[in-house]
Amino acid sequence: MKEFLGFVKKEFLHIFRDPRTLVILFGLPIAQILIFGYVIRNEIQDVKIAILDESKDPVTREISNRILASGFFQLEQNINSSDEVEKIFKRGRVREVVIFEPGFAEKLEKEGTACLQILADASDPNSAKMIVAYTQGIVSTYLQELNSNMKASLIIEPRVRMMYNADLKSAFMFVPGTMAMILMLVSAMMTSISIAREKETGTMEALLVSPLKPIQIIAGKVTPYILLSCINAVLILLLGYFVFHLPIRGSIILLFGETILFITLALSLGIMISTVSNSQQVAMFISAFALMLPTLLLSGFIFPVENMPKILQLLCYLIPPKYFITTIRSVMLKGTGLLEVWKETLVMISMLTIFLGISAARFKVRLQ
Amino acid sequence: MRTIGFILQKEFRQIFRNRTMLPIIFVVPFVQLLILVNAATMDMKHIEMILVDRDQSSLSRKLSDKFIHSPFFTLVKAGISTSSAEKEMLKNNTDLIVVIPEDFERNLYKDGKASVQLQVDAINGMTAGLINAYASQIISGYNREIVMSAGKNAFVNLAPKNIEIGYSFWYNSELKFKYYMVPGILVILLTIVSMFLASLNLVREKEMGTIEQINVTPIHKYQFIIGKLIPFWIIALFELAFGLVLGKLLFNIPIEGSLLLLFAFAAVYLIAILGMGLLLSTLSQTQQQTMFLNFFILITFVLMSGIFTPAESMPGWAQDVNMINPLAYFMRVIRMILLKGSEFQDIMRDFIGISVFAIIMLGLATWRYRKIA
Repeated sequence: MKEFLGFVKKEFLHIFRDPRTLVILFGLPIAQILIFGYVIRNEIQDVKIAILDESKDPVTREISNRILASGFFQLEQNINSSDEVEKIFKRGRVREVVIFEPGFAEKLEKEGTACLQILADASDPNSAKMIVAYTQGIVSTYLQELNSNMKASLIIEPRVRMMYNADLKSAFMFVPGTMAMILMLVSAMMTSISIAREKETGTMEALLVSPLKPIQIIAGKVTPYILLSCINAVLILLLGYFVFHLPIRGSIILLFGETILFITLALSLGIMISTVSNSQQVAMFISAFALMLPTLLLSGFIFPVENMPKILQLLCYLIPPKYFITTIRSVMLKGTGLLEVWKETLVMISMLTIFLGISAARFKVRLQ
Repeated sequence: MRTIGFILQKEFRQIFRNRTMLPIIFVVPFVQLLILVNAATMDMKHIEMILVDRDQSSLSRKLSDKFIHSPFFTLVKAGISTSSAEKEMLKNNTDLIVVIPEDFERNLYKDGKASVQLQVDAINGMTAGLINAYASQIISGYNREIVMSAGKNAFVNLAPKNIEIGYSFWYNSELKFKYYMVPGILVILLTIVSMFLASLNLVREKEMGTIEQINVTPIHKYQFIIGKLIPFWIIALFELAFGLVLGKLLFNIPIEGSLLLLFAFAAVYLIAILGMGLLLSTLSQTQQQTMFLNFFILITFVLMSGIFTPAESMPGWAQDVNMINPLAYFMRVIRMILLKGSEFQDIMRDFIGISVFAIIMLGLATWRYRKIA
């Protein structure tokens, strides 16, 4: 036991004498949460548009004014011919062109109908869709006011309730996701690299001939990272709670229980990676490509799993953070208890067992 | 010149004899491209839905049919009570609950007004907005049908004015999200491989102590830096070419603009990224440190570059920060060239920006690199 404590102390010293890494370890979650909270936005705001008004009458002016006063759009330039569209789209600043046909007000008055064209730069398809929808909305509102002398007819009114997140805050998505990602980074990546480092620099041999048992070496390696991970998890939760007012509706004990389960799971993954890699570079690339990118994209963090092709959905079931993110969202934001998330918990426990089993089988007491 | 040739020979040999790194450099990024492009989709197709029809009238049944036959929704359960439907939502078994209240038909005909309740699981705000839009679309479509069929006599009014709104989506008329994502993911993969490889390579020499052997040779600083950069520069350009071929063959991404222009920009961009990688490696002593520095910078830059969300909708200060974010330049330019066929004068400002960045990075890296241990 005394040897073991000494070993743990060595590991702590390794980490704490390197302030740069420490700063990054705690800076990263803060930076990420803030970026997600304040930078990553999907709203349409101040989109640059161009207007081609071939009739310049009160109606077209009124519609243009409404479009520009909505706060969604900003006039970049007025153009005089549709030949210019191609050129300004290629320059990339203007994302939408609104075209009024000649004699707009007159046609609307006499024939009862006039034409308006919306051209959108759909090289970014999602925002193009929204930009067009918003413009349509503004024009339809104008039209409704124009026709306000209409009699009431049959109206079916949808009453929408946004459950658990009435303001559609994006923090509900990214706080659990960021937590999964940071824990993966600290636990899996750091552990695998630090074990691979001992192998690469040859100090693993020194450890193996010491009176420490292999299990003690591994346990000693992961202890500091468990502590770091826990601090990070709490830090992220506090940030979410105080900065983005994220509610914690479920049981805190369950929340921490699941978090610790996930930390252990990530650590076991890190140990497994280190058993297959002999150098830090290999360990790092495996962690980066096999853990970080899937955590970002296949876990339902940003893109919902249900929208993916069937084969990929099957792949998603193999991604540990998927279960953690689902659990955290349910427990923290919906307030569910263990009864509703026992399946996810069970999957995480079995994954943990499998990873530990593989690592134990592959761990070599001898170097080549 | 000969000295650089020898360094290059050494570097290439080291890269190609590392059997575990080779597949990581050449195979893994493309497997990622395949998987991630398919994963990153915002097309909602299978929205899980529970229908609670408490009216059971002919109108409510017709409305239910509309929902069931919509391609966007998949019916999970029907004919259960509202409270058990809410429990299902708690268990993540459904995204949407549609409740048609009692007296739906009667209210509609009597008061001219009735409501339908939509309960959306809004933990993911973005998809919740879309689900709401799709559901409301179905309801308003059905509404129009009823109004039309409810007799052209009772409910028509004086001919209403109409503005016909035509719209067209340029450069991506089918709104394929893949066309948007493939170039973006290519940029990320390219950046990860080159930045990490370059910075880890130099630190590894430090950690192993072999850097001292190089330091005592008559190799100049600039020769050493060039020798370290060129192999990864060539590998990364090769990866870009390969990635474009894959993107064309598998996802049929449009290549509207000049490939020469794209590669010219990529060449400058890579110098900036490799220079940044080398600079980071001169700032750290161990591979672990470098990795973390790289990781921190990379993830910040990637998220801010506009890969998932348009950079234009970011707040002003974030757009200012993007001035020093090389990924934001390349992300914008690769999409402009590939999807829109933008030409040199369209991207000139970005070109100048990235060139300045490359020069500064390379200068800093050479200046920071000391020939002492």
